[in-house]
Amino acid sequence: MAQIKIAVQEQDFSLQDEYQSMLGDSAQSGAVVSFIGLVRDFNDGRNVTGLKLEHYPGMTEKALNDIAVQASQRWPLNAITIIHRVGQLQLADQIVLVAVSSAHRGDAFQACEFVMDYLKTKAPFWKKETTEEGEFWVEAKSSDDTKANSW
Amino acid sequence: MLTVLFFAQLRERLQCDKLELAEHPKNVSELRDILAQRSPLWKELLASELAIAAVNQTISSDDVVLNAGDEIAFFPPVTGG
Repeated sequence: MAQIKIAVQEQDFSLQDEYQSMLGDSAQSGAVVSFIGLVRDFNDGRNVTGLKLEHYPGMTEKALNDIAVQASQRWPLNAITIIHRVGQLQLADQIVLVAVSSAHRGDAFQACEFVMDYLKTKAPFWKKETTEEGEFWVEAKSSDDTKANSW
Repeated sequence: MLTVLFFAQLRERLQCDKLELAEHPKNVSELRDILAQRSPLWKELLASELAIAAVNQTISSDDVVLNAGDEIAFFPPVTGG
């Protein structure tokens, strides 16, 4: 079973720190694939100034852990790290980190994308954009469901 | 006693983040019906696709049976990542 780290937090994270921490002293991994999601400055034509992220404490951690366990059952992974920020974020801030390590790159690439696709549709987070025109809840995209269902 | 939580748009539009319910609906569907009696707005929002249900922190269909002490949450489709 892969080593799993899940964190839901207001503070920022460091890819370098997480990368080193998930590898540790072991030489088992031949590949690490990571994804970082950022706050964009443009969405549906409004001028976005930032983002508020609401979540369901308790269920969020459980849902992320379930997704990591599913990934580790489908691919031979050594470690999975998922960090998702909540609260008030500014433009260009980091929102989410998914990193997976494996013996081979193919498994690491697929597992990372799987975790991200599942997270988008199954983990209880909600984004509210703060824009120059007011605050707006971000609408869920059906294309995200399609991607998650494709696995 | 059941604890019912609301998140995001639902929490804002219902102006309610949490309530304790003395009634004993047998499943999620009956719970929706009880809450819908509060007002036309509650009825509209709880019947819509905006209200996904989670029982004890697991997303659940309307036929999932409820027990005393359960925590049920209603929330819109998620938009994290």
